[in-house]
Amino acid sequence: MNSTFFRSLPGNIFSGFVVSLIALPLSLGLAIASGVPPIAGVLASITGGIVVSFFGGSHLTITGAGNGLVLVILSAVTILGEGNLYEGYLYTLAAIICSGVLLFVFGVFRLGGLSNFFPSSVLQGMLAAIGIGIFTKQFFPMIGVIDVKGSIVDLILHIPSSILNIFSYRTFDELFPIIIGVISLVIMMVHPKIRNKYVKLIPAPMWIVVFAVALNYYYQGVLGVPFMKEDLLIKLPKNIFTELPRPNFGKIASSEFILIVFSITFVVSIETLLSIKAVDKLDPLKRRSNISKDLKAIGLANIISGFIGGLNVVTVIARSSVNVNNRGSNRAANFFHAFFLLLFIILFQKQISRIALPALAAILVFTGYKLAAPKNIIKSFKIGKEQGIIFLITLVFTLYTNLILGVFFGILATFLIHVIINKNLFLFTRNVLKPNVLMYEEEATGNYYISVKNFCSFLNINKLKNKLNQIPLEKHVIIDFSLCRFVDHTVMEELSDYNENIKRQGGSLEIIGLDFYVAQTGHPFALRKMPPVTKLGQKENPYLTKRQKDLDKLSTHLSWDYLPEGSSNLVKELDTFLYFKTKIINYKYNQIKSKNNTISFFDLSYSEGVFIAKDDQKTSFLLLYLKKKIPVFALDKEELFSNIYKLAGYKDINIKKYPDFSKHFFLRGEKRREIISFFQNEVVFFFESHPYYYVESNGDTLLIKQKNRLASAQEIKRMIAFGKELQSLLSKN
Amino acid sequence: MKEAKKFSCILMGFAFSPKVKVNVLEALRLSNYMKAKLILFHVGEKTKIKEESIDKIIKESEEIPPSISIKWEEGTPTKTLLTACKTYNVDLLLLGALQRENALNFYIGSIARKLTRKAPCSVLLLINLIEEKNIWEHIVVNALKNKLTVQTIETSFNIANVLSSKKITLVEEISQEKVTPVEDEKSLLEALAEKETLKKKSAIYSKDILEKIPNKIKDKLQIKIQNIFGKRGYSIGHYAKVVRADLLVMSIARNKSLFPLFSFSKDLEYILLELPTNVLILKYKKE
Repeated sequence: MNSTFFRSLPGNIFSGFVVSLIALPLSLGLAIASGVPPIAGVLASITGGIVVSFFGGSHLTITGAGNGLVLVILSAVTILGEGNLYEGYLYTLAAIICSGVLLFVFGVFRLGGLSNFFPSSVLQGMLAAIGIGIFTKQFFPMIGVIDVKGSIVDLILHIPSSILNIFSYRTFDELFPIIIGVISLVIMMVHPKIRNKYVKLIPAPMWIVVFAVALNYYYQGVLGVPFMKEDLLIKLPKNIFTELPRPNFGKIASSEFILIVFSITFVVSIETLLSIKAVDKLDPLKRRSNISKDLKAIGLANIISGFIGGLNVVTVIARSSVNVNNRGSNRAANFFHAFFLLLFIILFQKQISRIALPALAAILVFTGYKLAAPKNIIKSFKIGKEQGIIFLITLVFTLYTNLILGVFFGILATFLIHVIINKNLFLFTRNVLKPNVLMYEEEATGNYYISVKNFCSFLNINKLKNKLNQIPLEKHVIIDFSLCRFVDHTVMEELSDYNENIKRQGGSLEIIGLDFYVAQTGHPFALRKMPPVTKLGQKENPYLTKRQKDLDKLSTHLSWDYLPEGSSNLVKELDTFLYFKTKIINYKYNQIKSKNNTISFFDLSYSEGVFIAKDDQKTSFLLLYLKKKIPVFALDKEELFSNIYKLAGYKDINIKKYPDFSKHFFLRGEKRREIISFFQNEVVFFFESHPYYYVESNGDTLLIKQKNRLASAQEIKRMIAFGKELQSLLSKN
Repeated sequence: MKEAKKFSCILMGFAFSPKVKVNVLEALRLSNYMKAKLILFHVGEKTKIKEESIDKIIKESEEIPPSISIKWEEGTPTKTLLTACKTYNVDLLLLGALQRENALNFYIGSIARKLTRKAPCSVLLLINLIEEKNIWEHIVVNALKNKLTVQTIETSFNIANVLSSKKITLVEEISQEKVTPVEDEKSLLEALAEKETLKKKSAIYSKDILEKIPNKIKDKLQIKIQNIFGKRGYSIGHYAKVVRADLLVMSIARNKSLFPLFSFSKDLEYILLELPTNVLILKYKKE
């Protein structure tokens, strides 16, 4: 413990307090919604907060009872209890303990990466299904109806009739719960829009609790009439510390039990990992969470929570972000959130049991709605029709069957859609297990270069992520997809997340080699596939990539023209350069050129030799059109003379006056004398003082090339600056 | 200590495919450069037309190796070629191969793979040939540290010299297993430091080997040592493709002891499935 820890302690205590204000009603509500005693939720949050703050590997996350588990636990309680809810609860506790062991093992073996194998639209669909589940299940308690049963689909169909039913209510007793529920819901909806800082200080769920408890006191204390039917109030055990329930391991070998253990483990790990990822993005200190360590801690917390009768512990995103917003800065906040919860249930047990269920249900209806909000599915469809379909398939199957099957069908649908889009099953089956990512540090610049081949989708994204993880975040990373035939939405989204992270740390990420790929929509996360070979260079791609948009911006900046589509009208001109002597030029694309046609940048696709025409290479070039004739020459780094082997007959021209220049550059050309007289003072100084490029002259045009690959947006800017300077220098002489 | 390889007898197995001309021309060129005798070997019936077309190709070529002989034999391709390698005491077997196998030409490809695995001599698989001139500009060598590395590197330099290549890259793969897995900032720093040490070690090792290579060979070449991060034995093919190498040199121990055979042949299988460029597989006989 160092001094910063103590200095930040008051801040963390405060933040932990604010979080506990949300955690209390949510934990109670989630437990009720899950069909277990309300206290189980609070116990989970207390255990989670204490255990994970000591053993966890993340910094700002809050752990406790989470909304993702509601459906799984509720079905576990009903299935295992065979009608008896309390028996079901005891069996479920055993399942929670078993899943805790599994999670701990996941952490030990560093299996956190497993969550990468789920397509992001499937996860979205799953979350929406959970949201719909919570919404429908809690809708009835919110309007004071507690004895409804049936599947989620049945309940959804039941909603309209129960709303109509409200209008037949006559007595105040009947209407009262609805009024509390609706007012609570309104508080949830209105609170975020209120700017008053005193209102803001207390989170909406706590306002609802205060409102519900105050109303209760008013009725009983002032009016002296019973507040509400007993079954619409929270029941807490008389002494929570002596009445610990005993987990029942009696069904441990049954298939239902095992399926439930897996479902719980699956949802806990997914929810936890997604939350950690999201919270890391919010961290002002830009720390990286240790996922394996966190999983171990969560596993341990689940084991303990199960033994004392608590629900499962997960990392929760909403409470974590409240923690960040209140300037929590380390794990102490999570600890104090648990501490205050413990304090609340010891000190305010009586008050807590006065909270009306409709109020708690309203909080959950709101969270359920947010998870399932229609805008999520609209967003999915915007990324691509296929993503929307995957989303819907997962959603419907999860609602009609169960979570595991829903996710399974979602993954299956994603895979089939990928196969159909590519019209190629082999691409996937043949390459799925092969290492497809190569990474190395580019010597001259220190940039990390990553090349991905075959295909890159949710099936093998972990290989790419593994490599990305090893890069210090202040570096410049270039990902080249030109050897890759298909990139899916999950990968694009992951890369955009990574880009955000690396940007915050001062690094940057650029993607090259995707420009000619076909996207279905203009969304930055849309999947991209390589078009059939015969269409290359002719078909216009309506949706630009990030790099193309950068190029477009750059050309407006310079007031140049941008032509993203492929064309082959440069071929004759380029053939005059020695560089292309043995190469076949296919087409150029992504051209930006000045209005007066004196300078132009473009990507070029070409092949070396006839036999590998299919295996084309893509490289970026800059062309400078000069006003005056200059000698024909080729200038390269001394060590990279391989580019112009065709000139094997010519020797390196050494200029005696400039030994340094001659040492660093490899200069070749036929007319030795003319070349020497051209490379004088200013020209030599220019090349010596600028970064190396391959520069070739055909007499009136200069060809400039940086590397044997496409240039990234930053590199293009440097290239153009170099070209412009060189051009103005040469027109001066 | 084994010596660097010199190839004095080259056998080219040819079939009458559209690529026959380039393949034969390349065989002529290589054996001329290496001053090796060349055996052009066809498994199949000898007919007048076939004979004439081969003769025509040989006459067209400007390259004249010390000796050329054409053999025709019937039988199963793999068996016949393997026997031929033994009978004529061949050092290097040239095979035209397909870059990427699909279901249709899987059979043809599998012959090349089978031969590569079983051949008693080194094998050169040719995939992207150009009819025009010298294409052996850039050679990528697997410098993975093992008991064959020294010879592999020496042989590669000799070949680079003979083929007047311009550039040679020694690739060492930094294996993931040797480095702390990255989980947070602390482990990232640890991993980076470990990688740095590994890099330095491999640089020293490669430099030691380079010392032994005569300067007159080294001077003509641009030499690069490249560390890549990836799975051992797998990423080198990808690298060769990315840098557009013209030749990838790998070595394989024909050693009966279980371990090296196992670890090496796995790399080889991978390279064979997805030939990134022309691949030379050096085989050393059992000591």
